[in-house]
Amino acid sequence: MEQIPILKLGQFLLVTIQVELHDQLALTLQEDLTQKLAKTHARGVLIDISGLEIVDSFIGRSLAHIAAIARVMDATTVLVGMRPAVAITLVELGMSLKGIRTALNVEKGMALLQSSVRPEEQDEEEDEPAVDPGATSSPS
Amino acid sequence: MALARRAVNEWATRLAFSVVEKTKFVTAASELGRNVLVHGGGGDMRITHLERGGRTGLELVFEDQGPGIADVAKAMTDGFSTAGSMGLGLGGARRLVNEFELSSTPGGGTRVTVVQWKRR
Repeated sequence: MEQIPILKLGQFLLVTIQVELHDQLALTLQEDLTQKLAKTHARGVLIDISGLEIVDSFIGRSLAHIAAIARVMDATTVLVGMRPAVAITLVELGMSLKGIRTALNVEKGMALLQSSVRPEEQDEEEDEPAVDPGATSSPS
Repeated sequence: MALARRAVNEWATRLAFSVVEKTKFVTAASELGRNVLVHGGGGDMRITHLERGGRTGLELVFEDQGPGIADVAKAMTDGFSTAGSMGLGLGGARRLVNEFELSSTPGGGTRVTVVQWKRR
């Protein structure tokens, strides 16, 4: 059974689609990514679609599903490398791909993912309760 | 379905369609081919190379013997789906091609003909 390899890059997952994404493969990818997200607690997924010449409504829907699943699992999805002809076609098809962020290439996509994670980590540090000097009182 | 996409892709490439025209046409073929499979219970796709009035074109005819479309106007609207999908297939395909023709009768199958002309 063919599979699309999913690589772990720090706290992110990287998927490069270089073969034609037929229906079964798209579903397999969804499942594999979900499992890997659960296993690694990755904070983001980068999907490189520069190799895709055709993105029809089924594949568009699969990508939207992946992004929705990732979001539920607290991970951001970024699509990179969309070919201009594909972008034009998707818009004309009426697919908005809402909820998926896009970037021009892998470098920019990674930067986007990094920035989507960092603010949250800063919040966590602020939320940590400071030591309360009044809490430790000497027994009278 | 991959075969259908590939065939259309090869023809469009052979006839030197632009990348955008080709992408749109193959995507439309993918949508219509999927309809034949999902709704029509399987069917045929016929490709014809057209030369008319000095223009080069590709015609695709998708035909199935499925249940047919009860309400064509409704089926063409974005968001309408009888398969729980996004419902962009028919309307979307029509927007992607130059010429679009659909004939369907409930119980009598469906035929969709699309043509893409090469820009001069």
